[in-house]
Amino acid sequence: MSGLINGVIVRITLRATMSRRRALLLALPAILLVGISALLTATAARSTSWPPEILGQFGFTVVLPLTALIIGTSVLGAEIEDGSIVHLLATPVRRASVIASKYAVAVALTIAFAAVPEYLAAAIAKGAGSKLAIGLLAGAVAASFLYNALFIFFSASLRPGRALAFGLCYVVLWEGLLSNLVPGVALLSMGHYGLAIANSIADDSALHAYLSTGTGIGMGIALGALCIGLGIRRLSAFTIKGDIA
Amino acid sequence: MTGIEIEGVSRWYGNVVAVNDITMSIGPGVTGLLGPNGAGKTTLLHMMAGFLPPSRGKITVAGQPSWRNPGMFRTVALVPERDSVYAFLTGEEFVLATAKLHELPDPQGATRAAIEMVEMTGAQDRRISTYSKGMRQRIKVAAALVHDPQIVLLDEPFNGMDPRQRLQMMDLLHAEADKGRVIVFSSHILEEVERLSGTIQVIVGGRLAASGDFRAIRRLMTNRPHVFVVRSSDDRSLGAALIGSPAVRAVELTGGGLQVLASDYGSFTRQLAGLSRDHGIRLTEVLPADESLESVFTYLLAA
Repeated sequence: MSGLINGVIVRITLRATMSRRRALLLALPAILLVGISALLTATAARSTSWPPEILGQFGFTVVLPLTALIIGTSVLGAEIEDGSIVHLLATPVRRASVIASKYAVAVALTIAFAAVPEYLAAAIAKGAGSKLAIGLLAGAVAASFLYNALFIFFSASLRPGRALAFGLCYVVLWEGLLSNLVPGVALLSMGHYGLAIANSIADDSALHAYLSTGTGIGMGIALGALCIGLGIRRLSAFTIKGDIA
Repeated sequence: MTGIEIEGVSRWYGNVVAVNDITMSIGPGVTGLLGPNGAGKTTLLHMMAGFLPPSRGKITVAGQPSWRNPGMFRTVALVPERDSVYAFLTGEEFVLATAKLHELPDPQGATRAAIEMVEMTGAQDRRISTYSKGMRQRIKVAAALVHDPQIVLLDEPFNGMDPRQRLQMMDLLHAEADKGRVIVFSSHILEEVERLSGTIQVIVGGRLAASGDFRAIRRLMTNRPHVFVVRSSDDRSLGAALIGSPAVRAVELTGGGLQVLASDYGSFTRQLAGLSRDHGIRLTEVLPADESLESVFTYLLAA
């Protein structure tokens, strides 16, 4: 994978994605999550939901996917929308390298803005070395890879506005609602793959991880690879429409 | 093979045909794709650049298929019409990034040379977001030329340029063409194509309406009379003599001389000198009045 990652594309993507305004926007959910954790810990809130259920459900099916959506659709979608991607594609760089480089940036930023705050929130609640904190970090890192694979595929396949709308529907309806209500849906949920990995370390039923570790890892790798592969294929067939007589 | 071969190419979107069965060969030199807005020239250019597949037919660029072939860009460059570049980069950063993406052995040196070529050295350290439209065009051209491509495709390259910048860009493209490069540009501005192109491809309604030197194109249109302005020492007498020639369809005496409609270009030009000599009339000026690209374009559109 490292041979595919192009340093020039990584640097341009980072600068394009991390404008000051966007950095603030991405930091908000993270600050919220850590803030809630600090508040609930300080008030010694007693509940079976806190911290695993809230950090699991809220963190994995709301905060993390929304952060990944903003990032995952920005790294590629924004350049497709404004047309600047043409300057990148009009070079001999392989399309796989373009996708891999942007994917790497998206995953790194999602880990920084979602997975690390998830860990910090759990660390505040249960301690830095607790099984819950370590588990949630591992699961959130895995989910960062998986969500961004999906959203980059959306960006490469759909018009930019539609990629974001589609992604939002996926996050809200599929991940946020259906996957938590209908157990079968979890089999096709990136969030639940992450939760399965988190639970393999945390071992806490309050996480409501419906899938086994093996299923989570296997399905996650399969679907993640499929999304990236399809994203490369779609970008290889990128078109600019000309004028129409 | 250094040129572009387009064989029976069509492109449609549902029921709308953007390009209709075009066949052409483009070799070294400057070729202009001329046509009104919506004629299909940008669609054709994007197909040459590999950013649109033909619905039918085949395009090869430097001997390679254009579609799904990023490796083609080692020898091909595209300057798209859209204004968007990475606005947060400086001009120098943008060209340097392109040089590095092409894996040039000396990207800094190539960047300096390309920026000097388009006379943007003074502004290279400014962000592209602060550039005027003409400056953005020039930096896009610099990025396109940085890897010394054999084939350069430009979509409406003079958009936003002032007259001086336009002339400077034309000189640059002429110089590149003189090195044996294949330069193809699209335009709906007649003067740009007339001034820059050696060969024009006129595209109207998705079809190739005419191809070649515009003067040669005009002469092929034998169904239209050729218009000449003739000035002489005695216009009235010359007019009376000319009207008797079968090669002349009509003569009009105007304040500026004679306007002659000739049905046969070759016969008229051969007869004119002899006819005026036989009548003792001295010719002072003979100008074809409708060999401008505008008249050719207008005729082709009307057809």
